[in-house]
Amino acid sequence: MTKIATTPAENTRLQRSLGVLRDVMARPSGTIGLTLVACHLILAIISPWIVPYDYKAMDSLLMLKGPSGAHWLGTDHLGRDVLTRVLLGGREALLVTGIATPIAVIWGGLLGIFFGLVGGRLDEVFMRVVDAFLSLPWILKMLVLIVTFGTGIEVLIPTLAFFYGIPVIRIARAATHDVVARDFISAARARGHGRITVISRELLPNVLDTLMVEGAMRWSWMLLAFSSLSFLGFGVSPPKPDWGLMIADARGFMSFAPWGVLGPVIALSSLIIGINLTADALAKALGIDRAQKAPV
Amino acid sequence: MSTLIDIRDISVGFVGRDGRTREVLRNIDLAVDSGECVGLVGESGSGKSTLALAAMGYLKRGLRLLNGSATFNGTDIFAQSRQELERIRGGQLALIPQNSGQSLTPTMRIGAQLHEALRLHSALPADHHATKAIELLGHVRLPDPKAIVTRFPHELSGGQQQRVAIAMALAGEPKALLLDEPTTGLDVTTQAHILELLRDIAAERGMAMVYVSHDLGAIARVCTRVVVMYAGEIVLEGSTRHVLKSPTHPYAQGLLASIPKLDCAALPIALDGRPPAPGDAGAGCAFADRCAIVQDRCRSVRPQLAPSEIGGTVRCFLAEEAKRQKGRTTGAAPVRYSGDDTMLDLDGLSISYAKPRLLEQMLGRGTNVPPTVDDISISVGKGETLGLVGESGSGKSTILKAIAGLLPPAGGAVTAGDQPLPHTVEQRHPSQLRQIQLIFQNPDDSLNPRHTVSDILEQPLKLYFGLSGNKLRARSAEILERVRLGAHYLDRLPNQLSGGEKQRVAIARAFAAGPEIVLCDEVTSALDVSVQAAILDLLNDLKKTQGTTYIFVSHDLAVVRVLSDRVAVLYQGRLCEIGQTHQVFGGESHPYTKVLLGAVLEPDPDAEPTLAADDVVERAPPERGCPFQRRCPRRLGAICDTDAPPWQSPATGHAIRCHISLEDLNAD
Ligand SMILES: Nc1ncnc2c1ncn2[C@@H]1O[C@H](COP(=O)(O)OP(=O)(O)OP(=O)(O)O)[C@@H](O)[C@H]1O
Ligand code: SF4
Ligand code: SF4
Ligand SMILES: [Mg+2]
Repeated sequence: MTKIATTPAENTRLQRSLGVLRDVMARPSGTIGLTLVACHLILAIISPWIVPYDYKAMDSLLMLKGPSGAHWLGTDHLGRDVLTRVLLGGREALLVTGIATPIAVIWGGLLGIFFGLVGGRLDEVFMRVVDAFLSLPWILKMLVLIVTFGTGIEVLIPTLAFFYGIPVIRIARAATHDVVARDFISAARARGHGRITVISRELLPNVLDTLMVEGAMRWSWMLLAFSSLSFLGFGVSPPKPDWGLMIADARGFMSFAPWGVLGPVIALSSLIIGINLTADALAKALGIDRAQKAPV
Repeated sequence: MSTLIDIRDISVGFVGRDGRTREVLRNIDLAVDSGECVGLVGESGSGKSTLALAAMGYLKRGLRLLNGSATFNGTDIFAQSRQELERIRGGQLALIPQNSGQSLTPTMRIGAQLHEALRLHSALPADHHATKAIELLGHVRLPDPKAIVTRFPHELSGGQQQRVAIAMALAGEPKALLLDEPTTGLDVTTQAHILELLRDIAAERGMAMVYVSHDLGAIARVCTRVVVMYAGEIVLEGSTRHVLKSPTHPYAQGLLASIPKLDCAALPIALDGRPPAPGDAGAGCAFADRCAIVQDRCRSVRPQLAPSEIGGTVRCFLAEEAKRQKGRTTGAAPVRYSGDDTMLDLDGLSISYAKPRLLEQMLGRGTNVPPTVDDISISVGKGETLGLVGESGSGKSTILKAIAGLLPPAGGAVTAGDQPLPHTVEQRHPSQLRQIQLIFQNPDDSLNPRHTVSDILEQPLKLYFGLSGNKLRARSAEILERVRLGAHYLDRLPNQLSGGEKQRVAIARAFAAGPEIVLCDEVTSALDVSVQAAILDLLNDLKKTQGTTYIFVSHDLAVVRVLSDRVAVLYQGRLCEIGQTHQVFGGESHPYTKVLLGAVLEPDPDAEPTLAADDVVERAPPERGCPFQRRCPRRLGAICDTDAPPWQSPATGHAIRCHISLEDLNAD
């Protein structure tokens, strides 16, 4: 008998994930993106213990004061500390989107893979429906739901997960189509593997990469949507701090107290930029061509 | 004649992950005179495309000019501004890339695309563009140019698209043409036509051409001078005759010996090993690791390009020696079949892609469209190799898929051994599935990029033999050994393997099932000739040790000739001829077989192809009569359009389907 190779498996799943992570970190966009996202996540977790003030504490003597040693980012129109509220203002957004994103990717992904596999007339008709749905302005769709069912986490999570799962269907379907056409799928079928094995062993690993990048993109869009809803008064209810809400509240005083807007805007945009940069680096590390990605 | 393209001491490289600069081209000098056609040959990765593109100042992303210069017609290319470069490229210096026919804009009419090219690259006033466009299409020998300008690219055949791409390149009246694998991927007949066209155009216009190809047959046909590249260097340069007939460099000799020849049934000799990766060539001769006559000094001192005694220049210390050596010129004789048990029997197989309604839309015809493949009856003996040849679209892959159960036939029966096989994979018993294995054309596509070699080999072992644990791994290693790969490959991913290694893994996977019948679909087409020779040798070896029955599909007749005991010729999904290999390749043949054989290009400057039929690609087989009626150069007349031709048998085991009588077939 031939001697068995004793070298340890160098291409295990863990090894690959580590390799991808290393590749992401090696790119400038990946380093910056991951750092930004990590900072946001850590701050969101520890902020209740490190904020200098109570986010509700109003002080009529301190309304709209500029940055100072005591209030690094100044105070808002009710005399609350802006820094405290900026630090806490992402928690709700991250919680809601952090739950809604995986749900969106999972249901959209499953449905997309299903239609990609089924193909034919059914698939075509369904995709037309998806396209029609995608062509409606998203804010309109969401407002209809929220106006009907009310606000609050228990409504926002399913709503966001639902709407943001729909573009995932398209992506997952396209990725499935690409993979299904390849010869290794034919080879597995010709060997006589069952449908489940073909899907789980041959198809899924190749589609998951695309879905991962797509998930990151969805996340950043969802954050923006959540903040917009808050901005419009349909998201987080005051006095809870939230970036969108803070921008809405402070925008009236922007000409003479710009710090009230600046803090939450920088916080929100740095998180979104961070996610986008990471998604970009991840796509490159995984060798996925983002150019073929469907519009939002 | 004046020097048009002058490349001096050029080096091009990239910075690797480790921060080291790795050279893709190393100190290359190349001068091309006007009116001259220079061929650049070498294995994939040797830098031939990079060199051609550098001549027009174009470097792929990540590549950098490290040294040297390129001048075109007196202008220093790398010193030009972007606009200036864009003016030169496509104008005086035009590029025809691989698949350029397919890269025409699909939504624009041919005429509009030509106008665009004329607007950008010629000084012609706009009102002359229409006539000029038609003139250009005439130049590239397209029939009825006036009708072609109004068509869309998808309404043209692959060969016609390629002609349009050439016409567009000619729009700026170029002084030089750079061609990068311009006929790769086209059918033999189409390729031969395009090459004749290029020859004529070059002669008519006195253009310079740089022709990049791995196909020495094509090079032999169009080039006057050949440059052989290896690991980013020129190793041999000289007249086509000198390089192809009496090569003085061991690498060129090896390359030539690895090409299967139509007139020789022996296995080609594989060139073992593979070229060093960029930057890994070391201090000595880059070819040292694969050279048969290597000496100690070759490993420490880099040989320089020096004039050779019989003309041209060569980079080898032992060029004179190499010339005398000549080496083995023919390889081992392939295993031949001699038995009479039937292993696989196809009886009246017909396959249709038509899902009635969709096809009606697609072809705009009535419902009774003839099936894509029809009336295929072939039986293959146990241990026999049947070659299946025909142009692209002739249904070769379709037949293999039907045998494998991936595509249910519309009619007919497949019998393996003595058991009739159900039509689909789902209905077949695991033992029947195990019996028949398929190997695909492109290993990049047939190996899951996310599975390691051991994952890949374990699938059939687990499925058919229920192996597990240590036994499984041991068996995988054993099978890998059989395709001459070491056990250390087990944990690699496909992207960590070379093209040849990948195809070996794909072959190993098929043989892991212990199959009786192996279906090979163009298994060497995606590979370099040197690697192809090794794969052919391997398949032959497995045939010897395992007694496997093969169906071997290829568009390359010389490759089919090497391995096949019998050959079947297909046209539009119908059999034209079937017989022993020597019967089909010599003596009386079907007119279509003659056309195919005539178009084969040998790596020999004296060989001349005969171009009989047009290179039109047919979209659907005719409803009645002979399938070849529209292109047949020997058409008899109306009878060919109306009556299905009869099978005639000039000798036992040899059958030809044509209305022409055997005597007349023989006469020509
Ligand atoms: N999925 C499909 N649907 C419809 N028609 C198809 C499909 N696949 C192939 N065909 C058509 O069937 C015919 C035979 O195709 P096939 O792929 O078997 O040819 P081939 O001889 O293997 O060609 P090549 O040398 O290019 O691989 C062609 O006319 C092709 O256009
Ligand atoms: S220099 Fe030496 S190693 Fe290189 S090709 Fe010549 S004989 Fe072979
Ligand atoms: S039957 Fe007629 S058309 Fe067909 S090959 Fe013979 S001569 Fe040509
Ligand atoms: Mg094919």
